[in-house]
This record gives sequence, structure tokens and C-alpha cells, in this order.
Amino acid sequence: MTSTTTVSETPGAKPAAPRAAKTPGGGLGRYILIRALLIIPTVFILVTLVFVLMRTTGDPITAALGGRLTADQLQERIAAAGYDRPLIVQYLEYLGQIATGNFGTTISDNRPVVEVLVTYGGATLELAFYSLIVAFLIGIPFGLVAAYFRDKGQDAVLRVFAILCYATPVFFAGMILKLIFSVWLKVLPVAGRASTGAELQMQFLPNPTGLYTIDAIRTGNPAVLADVLAHAVLPSIALGLLTAGVFLRLVRTNVIGTLSTDYVDAARSRGVGEYRLVRTHAYRPALIPIITVIGLQIALLLGGAVLTETTFEWKGLGFMLAEYLQARDFVAVQGIVALLAVIVALTNFVVDILAALIDPRVRY
Amino acid sequence: MTDAIATRPPKRLLRDRLPVVHQLRQSVGLQRGMLVAGLILTGLFIFTAIFAPLLAPYGFNQLRDIDGPFGSQQPPSSAHPFGTTVGGYDVLSRTIWGTQTALLVIIAAVVLSIFAGVFLGLVSGYFGGWLDRVLVVICDAIYAFPSLLLAIVMAIVISGGQSSLWGGVLAAAISISVVYIPQYFRVIRAETVRIKAEAYVESAKVLGASNSRIMVRHVLRNATRTLPLIFTLNSSEAILTLAGLGFLGFGIEPTAAAEWGYDLNKALADVSSGIWWTALYPGLAIVLTVLGITLVGESLNDLADPRLRGRRRVAKASGAVAETSVVPGGTLIAGPGGLDGLEDGESFEEHGIEVKS
Repeated sequence: MTSTTTVSETPGAKPAAPRAAKTPGGGLGRYILIRALLIIPTVFILVTLVFVLMRTTGDPITAALGGRLTADQLQERIAAAGYDRPLIVQYLEYLGQIATGNFGTTISDNRPVVEVLVTYGGATLELAFYSLIVAFLIGIPFGLVAAYFRDKGQDAVLRVFAILCYATPVFFAGMILKLIFSVWLKVLPVAGRASTGAELQMQFLPNPTGLYTIDAIRTGNPAVLADVLAHAVLPSIALGLLTAGVFLRLVRTNVIGTLSTDYVDAARSRGVGEYRLVRTHAYRPALIPIITVIGLQIALLLGGAVLTETTFEWKGLGFMLAEYLQARDFVAVQGIVALLAVIVALTNFVVDILAALIDPRVRY
Repeated sequence: MTDAIATRPPKRLLRDRLPVVHQLRQSVGLQRGMLVAGLILTGLFIFTAIFAPLLAPYGFNQLRDIDGPFGSQQPPSSAHPFGTTVGGYDVLSRTIWGTQTALLVIIAAVVLSIFAGVFLGLVSGYFGGWLDRVLVVICDAIYAFPSLLLAIVMAIVISGGQSSLWGGVLAAAISISVVYIPQYFRVIRAETVRIKAEAYVESAKVLGASNSRIMVRHVLRNATRTLPLIFTLNSSEAILTLAGLGFLGFGIEPTAAAEWGYDLNKALADVSSGIWWTALYPGLAIVLTVLGITLVGESLNDLADPRLRGRRRVAKASGAVAETSVVPGGTLIAGPGGLDGLEDGESFEEHGIEVKS
């Protein structure tokens, strides 16, 4: 092993000299720049990983059309698409395409992946937005209650509730909600983003946004808006509950920390009411770590969106991903996954900047 | 735990040294209740998995008995207490057999990711250098990505989507473990970096101990204290990922083994027509299993963290409490910021240690 040399190097890097040097300089601008540059290796690694993994198994044409074409026809298609060239050439070409924003063309229905994103991304965005609202509405107040009643009955119930939120797969939660509210009580629609009538009305809008809530408002017809919102209720709850559990636990732990600080004691001794104590003195400082974690929740939400959209036939990116998986269209899968990698990296970047704006300590 | 060496009594009782038993004795009140409830559910799960052949009334791929075919979508009856599925399988039997598949996948996935993650974390943290930096950046990138998507990609790579029992179990296990290696890697690496600076490692080096000996005897032995926690938390995630894969059609074929996610996928259409029994029971099985394992994991996590151990005085003394360190999502400062240190020529170590302010 050649490792002995490296061992002696690392402890040597420890002295505080470089640390002290950067404390005066490190401004917000520099921090943002470094964070922006960090997006590149993250996206690069994920795209490479996905490419290598998907290509080592064989070419996508055989996977998609294997049973349906003769060997000769397959060979022809493979050669036409360039999948018979060395892997490294294909890889470099792929990187070049991605750099110019071209994520490939699907095999099954011959559409550019970027177009798939533009068409269906809005639906996923809408779903993610609504479920984040659900998560906040449930997670934050209940987290405060659990922290305030720490180790009492209320806390126990809420903690088990939080674990249940996490333990229930979104598709199972979705199916149960469907069963209760759509099939038995018949108060909410079973699936889809809007009923056919509402969808028709929205189609006649000049440049529809794809975000049904906005489009529905633009039609000026309250019935359309009500229809769109009614369709969004169950999917948002199913996906929102998953994140709500995480928020609940996070708020609880952080507020427990701030509740035991001296300034809360001081405020209490000055006669500040208990409600105000929790709401203002303990909750506000506990928010900072919560904002940072929302960034990581985006990944969880996107994963959950695939399952939720499949459960509710919510035609978003996740639904399409599942469709392409069924069709064994791995070019489309690779494209969508690479695109999602970019989205995740960008969201993390934005959240990091937000956290740095709120809390100067983050900007080391 | 580290000062056990200094204050070691002549002989510690076995019951104090066993990981879970020790925590059970340590816990009080509500925490003990949660731990016991979790242990009971987990025990029930393992028991069912082992004795599935005895407990299940029919085989997981049995479609008929001496009275003829079971029939499709039959409501619960005395012959089929949980009804039958759209494919004509007995729901009760498939739910029971499903525990076996789940247990196999958990064991395979966790063993794989522990070995790979621990090995990489140990080597990376101990030797440092460029290998360390590369591994940290890769693991951070994987960590930030939706785990289910990565598992899907892996499932495609390994099995092309369809699989037999062992092929399916292994494919699922490998897909899942690739997702969780970064977690083990991070924790073990952070611990290794911390322990490496301890005096006893220094003295072992002076005495001329080889790198491998130091890594195994001095570092690894002390770095593993958090493993039971990640182990439980990851087992529950493994079940959820397996179910998610199955739900998207990457599960194990119904003729090869029973898998809850696959059954739920088939039950999706039933729900719209009011057939509840095909979805409810496999779903409940997932929820209860994950609930049980998570309750154990959470309790272990809280008991390992003095700030959360249930005494308010202790929490007061330790000041600001961030999220507990071992729970996934608690390692933000150590996150992609790892490279930040690189730019400044700063020592890389402290980004790995999960210190939260």
C-alpha cells in the first residue's frame, strides 16, 4: 500500500492558519459564487452515474423494441442512433448534448425530453407546492404542540403520528384516501387533474401555463377553479403527509432546544404568556434549521411525486416517468432522471443561499 | 461509551453489553413504551417471516385448492379471511409470505451497504487525501438525489425490470444498498476522522502498529456505536423503497415470491371500484413493519443522544439543540459544503463531523 505517505500529510493540514485567514474575507457574494460552482460537479456526477449504469446493461433500442423487431432491423436502428460506437464517444457526445440543454429524444413516442418536461413539469410543480402547504399546515403547529408538551401524552400521540406519516407509503395513503373520500363518501374526484369539461375550457386560453390553478383563475369561471382544486386535495394530502411527519419532528426537536434557553426563561419571568413564548420566542429561532431541511425535502418530494402521480393519474413528470418505465424506454428515463438531477441541484443551491441570508453563521 | 475503558468494572454483565437490551434497561416511561412497542412489532414481523410456511393457509402463488380455483376479487370469507386478489391469489397468504421477502431484502440490503459503506468510510476517513475528497463529493451528490429514482435506475441495470425470487431479492437489495451506502459512509467517515486524532491512535502509530491494525482495532471498534441506529432507520427505508419499486412494476414476479408493493400496484384499479381488501392488508403490513422498526430506531437514537434522553435538565445544560445527528437529513452542514473547504485549502475533516450550530 502506498498509503503511508498520505497519512502523514493529512494531520499536517489541520493548523488553524487557513481558517483564520478567511474569516475577514468570506462575504455573501463569494459564498454564492462557490455554491453556484458546486452545482456543476453534483450534476456532472449524477449524470455520469446514470449514463454509466444505464449503458452498461445494453443499448436502449434493444430494451425498448427487443421483442418486436427482427435482429437485422434492430441492428439497423442501433447503428442509426449511434449506439454501436464506443461507449466513451457516446458519453462525450451525451455530455455535450446536456451542456446545450438537449436531454435526448424518447424512443417510444419520439419526443424531446425537454418538451416532456415543459409539458408535464407544471403539474409536478403544482403538486409539490400544494403538498408543501399541507406539510406546513400540519407539521409546524403540531410540532410546536409536541415540543411544548414534551414527554406528555400529547407529545407521545403526535410523535407516533409523525412516524406513521413516514411509515405509510404515499401510494397506500393515496389509495386509502381515495377509497374513503372518492368511492365511499363520493365527495372528491377519484383521479386526474381536472374533469374533462374544465380541461376543455382551459384549452381555449391563449398560451396556457400548464399550471391548472392559474389557468383556471384565468378562465374566470369559479366552477373550473373549484373543480381543479377538488382534484388537487387528495394527492396533496397523500404527498403532504409524508413531508409533514418530517417537519413535525424537526420543529419539535428544534423548539425543545430553544424552549430551554435562558432568554425564554427570562421572558417567562417577565410575565410573557405561554402562547406568545412558544409562538415568538421559541419558534422563530428554531426556523433556521427547518428552512435548510426543506431543501433536502425536495428530493423526497420528487421521489414521492412519482408514486403519488401514478396513484392518482396526475399527469406530471413522475407519471410520465412511470409510463416510460413500463414502456422500457430508457432514453426517456435517463433524460428525465438527469433533468431531475439538475432541478435538485438548483433547488439545493437556492435553499443554501436562503439559509445564508437568514443566518450569517452558515456562510463560513 | 468511550470512557468505558477508563472506568471499566471487572466484568460487565452480558445484559448491559447487548445493544438493545442495554437501552431497554436505560429507558424510562414514554420512551420505554415506544421502544417496547417497536420491539414487539418487529418481533412479530420476524416471527411471521420465519414461520410463514406454517402460518399461511395457502402458498403465495397458489390459485386453486381441491375445491377448485379461488376466484378473482372474492370478498373476505371463512376460506379466505382477507379475500382474494384480481389475479386470484389469497390475500392473507400473500401478506404473510410478503414478510419473508421483505426480511430477505432488508438483510441483504443492509449487510451489503454496511460492508461497502463502512469499508469506504473507514478508508476514506483514515487516509484522507484526494480519494477522500472524491468519495465525499460523490456520496454527497448521491445523497441529495431522490433515492427512489436511483433505486429505479439500479433495478433497470440489474434485472432489466423483471425477476425471479433470488434475482429479484438481490436486485432490490443491491438497488437499495447503493442508495444507502452514502449514509453509512458519512457516519463512519466522520467518526473515523474524529477518532484518528485521539491520543491512543497516535500511540499505536508510535508503537509501530500497521495501518490495517489501527483501522480495525482502534478506529473501527470505536466508530461503530452509531451503527445500530442507522441499521434500524435504513431497514425501514429499505422496505419502503422495495414497496415503491414493486408499486412501479419493478417488483418480484407474483409466481416467484409475494411482495407487498406489487400487490398494491395490482390493487390500485380495485380501489376505484370499491374493493378494499386487496389494498388494505398488504398496505397495513408495510405500515406496521416500518412503524415497528422505526420506533426501535427512534428510541435508540434518542437514548444515544443525551440531550434527548428524557431529562429536561440535561437538555438545558447542552444549549441549542439541533436535529439529532444520526437521523437522515441531519447532516446538512456536512453536506455539499464539503468542497467549500477545498477551495480555501482548509483541512477537510471538520465538514465530515456532524456538528450543528
